Amino acid sequence: MSEDIRVMTAQLAADPTSLVFLPLAEALRQRKRLDAARKVILAGLARYPELADAHDLYGRILGDDANFEQAFDEWGIAIRLDPDHAGAHKGIGFLYFVAGKLDRALNHLQVAQKGLPDDQGVVAAIARVREALQSNVSDTGRPSSTGPAPTEEVADDLAEQVFAGLEAAENGLLLVDQHGQRLGGGLQSPDGQDVADRVAAHLAGVSREATRAARLLDMGDWNALTVQSDDGSLHLASPTADTVLLVVRDPAFPLGRLAALSERAGIAARSWLESLT
Amino acid sequence: MTETYRESLEGLSRLRGITGAMMVSADDGLVVAESLMEGIPGEAVAALAASLMRRMGTAVSAAGFALPSFMHLQAAVGALLVVPAGPDTLLIIIGDQNVNLGLARIEMLQAVEQMA
Repeated sequence: MSEDIRVMTAQLAADPTSLVFLPLAEALRQRKRLDAARKVILAGLARYPELADAHDLYGRILGDDANFEQAFDEWGIAIRLDPDHAGAHKGIGFLYFVAGKLDRALNHLQVAQKGLPDDQGVVAAIARVREALQSNVSDTGRPSSTGPAPTEEVADDLAEQVFAGLEAAENGLLLVDQHGQRLGGGLQSPDGQDVADRVAAHLAGVSREATRAARLLDMGDWNALTVQSDDGSLHLASPTADTVLLVVRDPAFPLGRLAALSERAGIAARSWLESLT
Repeated sequence: MTETYRESLEGLSRLRGITGAMMVSADDGLVVAESLMEGIPGEAVAALAASLMRRMGTAVSAAGFALPSFMHLQAAVGALLVVPAGPDTLLIIIGDQNVNLGLARIEMLQAVEQMA
C-alpha cells in the first residue's frame, strides 16, 4: 500500500466523518483499485448524500468499471445537487458523445469547460463534437435531431397539471423521468423545504436497481417498492416504462391506502403523459 | 454469531411462501449467512438488495427523512423484503406469490431483535 493511501486510511479510521474519503477514493481509483475505491466512496456517500463531489467521483469509479448506466445516474445526481459541477458535466458530456447525442454532449462539455478551462480532454472532446456536428449538418442539410430540452418555464407549467385534483398533489406526489428529472408533482421535507428535485435525482437509479433485482429472481416486472422510515412511508411505482411515481405520506397513513393512492395517481400520470404525445 | 444467524434464517425460511433468507453486509452486499432454496443466486441477490436499500436510503435522506426501517419490493410473482439488522447488516427475505407479507415482516423484526 502506498504511503499516501496508508496515511489517508488512518485519518479516515481516526475520524470517520472526515472528508478525506474523497482524496482516498480518488487515489484508489487512480491505482485501479476500483473495489476499494467503491467501498470508500459509498461509505462517504452514506454520511454525505448531498455532496456533489462524492457523486461525481462515484460516477468516475463506475465509469472506470464500464458501468456507464449507473455512472450516468451518479453524474446526474451531482448536477442536480450542483448545477455547475464541471466534473459531472464532463462525464455526462462524454457519455452523450459516445451515444451519438451530439447537441447534448456539446452543452455539457461547454459547461464543463467553464469550470475546467485547462482540461485538454474537454477541449479535445469539444473539438471532436463540433466536427461531428458539422459533418451531420453537411450530410443532411440540417442539424442533428437531438434538440435542446424544453425551457424550465414550460416544464414547470406542464408539471402542475399532472396530478390536478388528487389529494396533496403538490406535496407528496412526484412523477420522475428515467433520467431523474421531475415531470410533475412536488415534495417537501418534514421541515418544509422543497426537496422534489433532489429526491427525483435519486429515483431513476432506484427504478433500475428494482428492475434488475426482480429479473434476477425471475419474479417478473416489479410493481411497487415500499419503504418505511420513522418520518414517513414512501411508495414507488412505475406507471410507464420510462417513468417512476413516488407517493409519500406520514407514517400513520395505512400502507393499503398508500397503494390505492399510487394507483389513482398512476392513472392520472399515464393519461397526462399520453396527452403530451 | 453466525450460528445464531443461521438458526434465525432457517426459522424464517420455514414460513409459507419464503424461498430464502440472508444476512448481508449493508456496505458491500456480501453474504454473512444464508438459508436459501436451491437455484437462488444468493450472492447476486444480496448485492442488488443491499444496493437497492442504499439507494433508497439516499433518496429518503434527501427527502429529510430518517433512514429506512423496512423495504418491500413487490414484483409480479414474488417479493423481496429487507430490514436493517444493526448498523452494518441487513436481513433479507425472498418470497414467492404465496408469502404472507404482514407475517413475514413481523417475523423479520422479531428475528432482528433476537439477533441483537
